Amino acid sequence: MTAVPQPKPARLPFRLDLRLAAPLIALVALFILGALVNSAFLSTGNLTNVLTRSAFIAIIAVGATFVITAGGLDLSVGAMAAFVSGVMIIAMNWLMREFGAGWGTVVLGMLVGIVVGAAAGLVNGLVITRGRIEAFIVTLGTMGIYRSLVTYLADGGTLSLNTQLRAVYRPVYYEGMLGIPWPLWVLAVVGAVGAMLLYFTRFGRYCFAIGSNEDVARYSAINIDRIKTLTYVLQGVCVAIACLIYVPRLGSASATTGLLWELEAITAVIIGGTALKGGYGRIGGSIIGAVTLALIGNIMNLSNMVSEYLNGAVQGLIIVAAVLLQRSIAARK
Amino acid sequence: MLRKIGLTAALATALMIGQAAAQEAKNVVMGVSIPAATHGWAGGLNFHAKRTAELLQKRYPGLKVIVKPAASATVQANDLEDLVTVQKINALVVLPFESDPLTAPVQQVKKSGAFITVVDRGLKDPTIQDVYVAGNNPELGRVSGEYIKGRLNGKGNIVVLRGIPTVIDDERVKAFEEAIKGTEIKVLDKQYANWNRDDGFKVMQDYLARFPKIDAVWAQDDDIAVGVLEALKQAKREGEMFVVGGAGMKEMIKRVMDGDKLIPVDVLYPPAMISTAMEVTALNFYAGAPVRGTYVIGAPLITKENAKEYYFPDSPF
Repeated sequence: MTAVPQPKPARLPFRLDLRLAAPLIALVALFILGALVNSAFLSTGNLTNVLTRSAFIAIIAVGATFVITAGGLDLSVGAMAAFVSGVMIIAMNWLMREFGAGWGTVVLGMLVGIVVGAAAGLVNGLVITRGRIEAFIVTLGTMGIYRSLVTYLADGGTLSLNTQLRAVYRPVYYEGMLGIPWPLWVLAVVGAVGAMLLYFTRFGRYCFAIGSNEDVARYSAINIDRIKTLTYVLQGVCVAIACLIYVPRLGSASATTGLLWELEAITAVIIGGTALKGGYGRIGGSIIGAVTLALIGNIMNLSNMVSEYLNGAVQGLIIVAAVLLQRSIAARK
Repeated sequence: MLRKIGLTAALATALMIGQAAAQEAKNVVMGVSIPAATHGWAGGLNFHAKRTAELLQKRYPGLKVIVKPAASATVQANDLEDLVTVQKINALVVLPFESDPLTAPVQQVKKSGAFITVVDRGLKDPTIQDVYVAGNNPELGRVSGEYIKGRLNGKGNIVVLRGIPTVIDDERVKAFEEAIKGTEIKVLDKQYANWNRDDGFKVMQDYLARFPKIDAVWAQDDDIAVGVLEALKQAKREGEMFVVGGAGMKEMIKRVMDGDKLIPVDVLYPPAMISTAMEVTALNFYAGAPVRGTYVIGAPLITKENAKEYYFPDSPF
């Protein structure tokens, strides 16, 4: 990481950024809607559940913010999550014979996950940059590949973590520190590191530059291929981190793991104010976007107002309305 | 004793006929079109289909079995066309994604002269099929409903988790609602959990946040039930209710066998019904035995007493 001289603190963190404020306002509107729908919505238990649940997508969305800011797209993240989870489970079950059912095995398994995630991201990045193929096509291809691989590894069924290991690993999802579950701590760290990388390093600025205009960036002697590949590696690492907290939740992975996560992550990034065509990115916004998505699902489950057949329609409406609200506020800037 | 001898003799004859046919190495191509392994049950289905394909090909040297898993009804219809034009199948074993959209494509296969075996879901026009191995989705709903009704003495609050919006799910839920009709059992809410563990977990978390008193959960499917159990454990409300799943996942049957209070029963819906269908179809060609007709696979209630009969620790599902 290259440290860039710290700008005056008064300028960045505290200036009211309308593009960031807009998704927040949409979020507040959803909170009010939720509270009106059901009084149980505001209970600590429910809010903790929803926030913890949103952590996977939020962490993946942090990675997606880099990819999209640099003008790319990664459709493979959901399948990658299933693949990384599957490999982690197999690795841990295997390592247990060697190292027993303890933290040693779990930590090694986590490392395996991170390495596999980074490698999967590297494959995406290299094929896109070296092969000069559109990111959409490459990641659509790897999406199929990663998902088939997990189906193959699971023999069409479900990969399950050994029960003893699961008992060791389970607290990572269900317990926490200071009353805040671990997934949220992990999200906070990923978010903070992501924001540092995007706003305060040369790498982050290059992402903005490439996303704004690739040709200009190339003429400015930026190694475009390297930066772009790095964004996909970063995305892969983020997917792997999400898996670190996903696996202890149910202790299993199957062909249905992470289904449609790619769309949720992209939606979260867009709700958060990042431009889909690249050139502008907001880490905090992406996290808020992921929370917004989880809240919408939660509110649907907490209400009887619409038939379950129409849930999807209402969710779609709320998402579009949230982005509309966000854009109209941001436009007033 | 006499009956036993009779049976043995019949079997021996059948085997001899089978052998004779095998020696002629009658060439038969059997196409098997089934949904892809998108959830646990379908995973089991694919496992059994592949395993049976290998077994049959070993037993009947002239037989070639092509298993085609399809991701959607449209893909399945395309697969059927390919099976006829490219593979030139003599027999089709099909588990239709949806009854209505696949009726015409299967009819086309029939026109090519192939022997048709339909599994699980019936087609709109039953005259197309030569053999129908029927799974009984309404029965699964009914059995689950009857059990919950009896267990709660016709009074209490329950929540329902539905599957993927399809005919199967509709049939199960309709029959379930029919079974608890007229009682004081109140369905607090029903939401889709897509036969998926993660969705089961999420939906149940929200039910628990929303309803202070739940007496029973109808999860309909064992994958959903896995998520439900985890949500209950997290909320520490395991003592308050019981969960009825469905399908017969080995982990769930084990819990029933061990007398788990949370999972007192399971309702069977065996993915191995595809094996039955493939075996019967092969018999038609190689044993010369009459096989045409309908075979109904039941949806029996698995209780602590009979769980042992349904427990297969080596099965993937």
